[in-house]
Amino acid sequence: MSFSELFLLVPASPLLSGLIWLVVGVGLLYLARPGAHHAIAAASRLLHHACKLAASSVLLAEQRLKQRNNEVLLAAGREAAERIIEREFERIDASVQRDLAEYPALQRQMSEAITRLEQDYHASSEVPPEPPAWAKVVDAVAKIAPREPVVGEILQDIHESMVRAQRSAIEQYRNDNSKRHRILSRMMPLWRRVARVLGEMDKRVTHLLERSTSIDRHMASYEDILSRSPRAERMLSSSSLTQFFIAGFVLAIAIGGAVINFHLIARPMQEMVGGSSFIMGYKVANIAALVIILVEIAMGLFLMESLRITRLFPVIAALDDRMRVRMIWITFSILLLLASVEAGLAYMREKLSQDDASLVASLIGDRQMAAVAANQWITTAAQMGMGFILPFALVFVAIPLESFIHSSRTVLGLSAQGILQMLAFLLRLAGNVFRHGGAMLIRLYDLLIFLPLWLEERLHARKKPAVENAVVTEGQS
Amino acid sequence: MSRIFLLLTAAVTLLLSACSDETSHSRGVYMLLDTSGTYTRELDKAQQIINFVLAKLQPGDSFAVARIKTGSFSEKDIIARVTFDGQPSRANLQKRQFREEVDKFVANVKPSAYTDITGGLLQAIEYLDEKNPGRKTVLIFSDMKEELAAGYVREAIPLQMQGFEVVALNVSKLRSDNIDPREYTDRLTHWRQRIEAGGGSWRVLNDLERLEALFVD
Repeated sequence: MSFSELFLLVPASPLLSGLIWLVVGVGLLYLARPGAHHAIAAASRLLHHACKLAASSVLLAEQRLKQRNNEVLLAAGREAAERIIEREFERIDASVQRDLAEYPALQRQMSEAITRLEQDYHASSEVPPEPPAWAKVVDAVAKIAPREPVVGEILQDIHESMVRAQRSAIEQYRNDNSKRHRILSRMMPLWRRVARVLGEMDKRVTHLLERSTSIDRHMASYEDILSRSPRAERMLSSSSLTQFFIAGFVLAIAIGGAVINFHLIARPMQEMVGGSSFIMGYKVANIAALVIILVEIAMGLFLMESLRITRLFPVIAALDDRMRVRMIWITFSILLLLASVEAGLAYMREKLSQDDASLVASLIGDRQMAAVAANQWITTAAQMGMGFILPFALVFVAIPLESFIHSSRTVLGLSAQGILQMLAFLLRLAGNVFRHGGAMLIRLYDLLIFLPLWLEERLHARKKPAVENAVVTEGQS
Repeated sequence: MSRIFLLLTAAVTLLLSACSDETSHSRGVYMLLDTSGTYTRELDKAQQIINFVLAKLQPGDSFAVARIKTGSFSEKDIIARVTFDGQPSRANLQKRQFREEVDKFVANVKPSAYTDITGGLLQAIEYLDEKNPGRKTVLIFSDMKEELAAGYVREAIPLQMQGFEVVALNVSKLRSDNIDPREYTDRLTHWRQRIEAGGGSWRVLNDLERLEALFVD
């Protein structure tokens, strides 16, 4: 029995059949109304509560994640601040050892210069000329017998002697003055030396003061982090995001370099491992080229770790200095070897390209090859140079890689937090939609059976006055 | 220590052998040259195509050139064949030798009386199936008009061409085609139907300036 046969209760009139079905349907819906209302309300309540519960759980998870993110962020920030402060102290230590180790020598230079200055100062002091001691004797002799010719001669002799003595004294005085001037002029470089030593000391002390100011600043932010202040959290979060994008940008550049490197060695690799074998759909030559580049990057990472520039591997950081230095030399030697291999491969690539070009030219009949080949050495040299330099350039990938890895933890945490917040919002929205949707469905249900409901209401309205009248009559009687 | 080393070597060998790719990524090209009647004068164009194919093929690919004559279902009709070495420099050397062989053939070719295209195709199928490359291409440098000598049975033989791509090159129009062009289209349609019935794909490439289209994936 098909659906149309079942539907057509009155085979001649589909309209009548439809009306009968409508009446039956509305009647059934009217009869099932209280139960249907309860079922719809219960379902909407259930879904609303389920969504609400799920939203609460998601929010709780988001809060936990936020807390965890903050802990990780603060721990990373603390570690970074400790590292910076440690470096600053190392610098100060080096500076103190370098500068203050010379301090006794400087002090000795200073005291020597000061002693010499003092001696020179004393040596340059002016000694007043002594008055002649026999001047009083001459005066006494002159008073004895002023008219005696002998006395006159004596006085004349005395006078001449005095003039000579005066000349000699003036000569002596001039010589002394000249000596003093020489001493004073000799003091000038000493003064300059003292000023230079003092200036040098001042510079070094200022440098130390600057370092101490920087340490103060770092210590302040370190204390902020330790006290888990919101300001520190904000700063670390923003710093992480900045680091993430900058490191990502630098890594993209490094990937570009690695791709160029790959193209430099992939073709000549076919000469070594063959160009027709495949592993998992990829040419073995390409895989070999990629492996060489990855080994170079790995060696670069180890070199940076051994140099204590990055701290990705705690095992390497914890090695004793002798072993670390050995590791530096080993990784550097391997890198040098690989760079030399790459330079050789780049040379071979150029040779292969020339061979290919000459073959194609002979097959197609292109005679312009010779003209191009004249400047071929430039590209050969450039390719060899790139083949040698790029492995060393890739060593520095370790620095942005470390920043990227550390900052990506924060960025991933923040993204997960955002996703959870969005999920919680959607769940709350869905819960509200279910709650109000249930109410709307009840109204729609009533709308479908509006006719029996209207009749019911009319019947109630008619019954109500009759009952009220009966009550009033009973009251009067 | 040596045991550990042996175990590690065994594990790595096992891993590499498990990862090794058994799917063939190479290409096999078989070119049929029509040497019947006046078509021998068109062979310089065929050389041009052969050189182009040689320039495009990679290490590991296979290439064979065979002539179509009275009875072409024979290894003796293969003028030159090669599977290029994995090393690019050796492959280039093989290409140069291949070209020399083809040049020698073109210089000394004598026209044949009949054109056994089906026989050539059967030989191509056999050769390429034996090589089993990843992509199988048959190039037919001919006017596609089959003329069989008495006693040669070809029409009733079905062509098993699953995975084959057949490209008809430089299909020149005959004098009779000019009188009734339907002959030309009927000839091409007949071959298309035969190839496609065998499970292969069919293309016609008359413009030799567009040879790049031969190797479009």
